[in-house]
Amino acid sequence: MTNMKMTSETHSTHISQQFNQELEEIRSNLLAMGGLVEKQVTDAIYALIEGDSTIAAKVRQNDKAINQMQLTIDEECTRILARRQPAASDLRLILAVIRATGDLERIGDEASKIARHAMHLVEEGESPRGYIEARHIGNQVRKMVQDALNAFARFDTQLAVQVVHEDKTVDLEYRSATRALVTFMMEDPRSISRVLNIMWVLRALERIGDHSNNIAEYVIYLVKGMDVRHSSPEAIEESLRDNLLADHLKNSKEDS
Amino acid sequence: MMEAQAIERDQDPASTVNEASKGHAMDISSLNRGVSTRTLEQEDVCIDVRNMNLFYGDKQALFDVNMRIPKKRVTAFIGPSGCGKSTLLRSFNRMNDLVDGCRIEGEINIDNQNIFEKGMDITDLRRRVGMVFQKPNPFPKSIYENVAYGLRIQGINKKRLIDETVEWALRSAALWDEVKDRLHESALGMSGGQQQRLVIARTIAVKPEVLLLDEPASALDPISTLKIEELINDLKDDFTIVIVTHNMQQAARVSDYTAFMYMGNLIEFGNTDTLFTNPTEKKTEDYITGRYG
Repeated sequence: MTNMKMTSETHSTHISQQFNQELEEIRSNLLAMGGLVEKQVTDAIYALIEGDSTIAAKVRQNDKAINQMQLTIDEECTRILARRQPAASDLRLILAVIRATGDLERIGDEASKIARHAMHLVEEGESPRGYIEARHIGNQVRKMVQDALNAFARFDTQLAVQVVHEDKTVDLEYRSATRALVTFMMEDPRSISRVLNIMWVLRALERIGDHSNNIAEYVIYLVKGMDVRHSSPEAIEESLRDNLLADHLKNSKEDS
Repeated sequence: MMEAQAIERDQDPASTVNEASKGHAMDISSLNRGVSTRTLEQEDVCIDVRNMNLFYGDKQALFDVNMRIPKKRVTAFIGPSGCGKSTLLRSFNRMNDLVDGCRIEGEINIDNQNIFEKGMDITDLRRRVGMVFQKPNPFPKSIYENVAYGLRIQGINKKRLIDETVEWALRSAALWDEVKDRLHESALGMSGGQQQRLVIARTIAVKPEVLLLDEPASALDPISTLKIEELINDLKDDFTIVIVTHNMQQAARVSDYTAFMYMGNLIEFGNTDTLFTNPTEKKTEDYITGRYG
């Protein structure tokens, strides 16, 4: 396990200035893409809650720009792999960026779906239930996207672990919200079509949480070199603790 | 594989699910083909270096090196120029004895025998531990005689045995098909890449245990380099191979284990996959990512 401190300067100390620039560029492009995706999520939730189909249409329009950014960043990563054969933390940065763009693009798609359902709800009339849950879960996953991106920007594994934990909470709340809506639909079958729109929105929000969780896991891979995908939050925390302890032991040995 | 599974399923329909899941597991394990699942500590040791210090006159070139090089694996030494990797490699068959003012402390055990022991037969050591250098150095003789040379000086002169060994060595060095019709032409007429493979054939003809390769491909074109790398991969079934290379991608491609050296110290020694994706030491990280060197 790696025990090197990773900072934002980590990728700017190569002998090749050109290489520094290239890595810095993909990193900042990823964060720019993240910023745009985050705004899409915010706007989509706003469009849903306020029933604003103009904003919803704008969200659907912007999704193309996000897709284009994914292509551009992936292309840059491919070029760096082919030309520089990066190793160690540089290699992990490229892999993490490639994976993260995939998840960001999917978050963009989910935001676009939310916007579509928001438009349906404007046309068909409001759903009698589900807005409170959508607002609540929406705020949570928006924060997750934000935290995952911040964790990436600052190489902050603590924040990444927090995102992984938040995902579990969101999953639980999603399940209880859908249960409540199903009960409501059974009582009032006339509302099914409208409530279903909200159900799909909740589903999209839950998926946004999952994708943010993935990005947080890539941050841990990037910084610590540990692949924590498919691990429980507790297992992730434990291996991070072990890693920290190993660092500490090693440093104290070097000092003495 | 599919056929075999189908037959097994016919025999025992109850095991269908198990067979299917086993087949799945096999598919996954085949992804790891060629990658050793052992760790360095679990390997059989071939060369055991203990507390080794080496001095050229007053200047110390190696500082307290301890390492255990695994048997029948490829170990690569990487590091910036002057870090001591070639010096360490040359110690394994006591080539440094030829350098004036070179003094060594500590032990190098090859198959549990300290090579610095009094009464060590150096000629025999150099047969057991063969070496190939950066520049191909074939003798100005025929291709055949180059490979037969080691056998002849060992006093072997049965023509059939020599013929067989020459063919085996040339085949092992992936050269046979290219030279079988001109075995008695001069080796100096071959291309650089062919000459280097000839030198490897000459080295393995005397059946060494260890093959030391000091920058074996750095004077060759990319295609010849790939052939040498392919050859290293084939040879590791029979020999312990230690390679010094400036080309980090080459080390990453050919070796099972990699040692990173810096200023005469062994900084990190471990599984190649780990070293190139997630090294433990900052110096290693800086070197392999091109931050100094």
